[in-house]
Amino acid sequence: MAAIYSLYIINKSGGLIFYKDYGSKGRMDTNDSLRVASLWHSMHAISQQLSPTTGCSGIELLEADTFDLHCFQSLTETKFFVVCEPGTQHMEALLKVIYELYTDYVLKNPFYEMEMPIRCELFDINLTQAIQKDRVALLGR
Amino acid sequence: MQFFGGSEISPSPPAPTATGNNAHMMYVFNRDGVCLFYREWNRPLHTLNPPQDHKLMFGLLFSLKSLTAKMDPTSAEKGNRGVPQLPGQGCSFHSFRTNTYKLSFLESPSGIKIILVTHPRTGDLRNSLKYIYNLYVEYVVKNPLYAPGTPIRCELFNTTLDQYVRSIA
Repeated sequence: MAAIYSLYIINKSGGLIFYKDYGSKGRMDTNDSLRVASLWHSMHAISQQLSPTTGCSGIELLEADTFDLHCFQSLTETKFFVVCEPGTQHMEALLKVIYELYTDYVLKNPFYEMEMPIRCELFDINLTQAIQKDRVALLGR
Repeated sequence: MQFFGGSEISPSPPAPTATGNNAHMMYVFNRDGVCLFYREWNRPLHTLNPPQDHKLMFGLLFSLKSLTAKMDPTSAEKGNRGVPQLPGQGCSFHSFRTNTYKLSFLESPSGIKIILVTHPRTGDLRNSLKYIYNLYVEYVVKNPLYAPGTPIRCELFNTTLDQYVRSIA
């Protein structure tokens, strides 16, 4: 019930800086993932324009027939979103954990250029560990 | 895939899912993007004028549908980009939620899209939308004076809809 299919991180201009697929049948190549990321960035912005009340900060959860999409936007407008099985719990908490890993292993890395694709080994390692731990905790496997 | 199933013409209304404020607003579009119906009950903020607002809403939904079809993790077959999906083909979304509102969406096999915008803690409104679609069939489609593809001006539809929406939200 707690399978994550993929994770995307997009910078504040909508460019994809990180994409990891964890076993979906519809694995995307680089071009497609870039396109999907910028599409999502625009949809997120448009949804704020259609809000009936003030203070809308964009889509947080999208529910489709075969997957759910949870999105977290930081104060600096970097967006983290996961595609997961419908009804998966605690994705918000996982996204916050991933945000913390991002701040620790990517932003504090002096060789990382802002808004560029993420190529930090420690981030990858710790991210895989966090997702494994989440999977074990929820599924026992 | 969305199929309505069942052979009832008008199912009995589902039990109310939440108490609290009324729904914010509702849109009905046909497959060509014409806004057949727009009703607002509680909308403090108008960002755009009505024609732009309708176009933006339709555009957002159209793009979100093609995005979900593309992103579907359970199907390897993606089809061509940019080609409009037929209703029921490919994975479609049924709702999205932001911090200030929740938008529930239903598309009939004939391309009629019903959108209901409510407060963010609303539950799953798919059955309610199906009931509203049945109201549309009964009061609008079966009205001999209604021309398909034109804006809906049926008093009975408005009153029944108001009554029903008050009971679900």
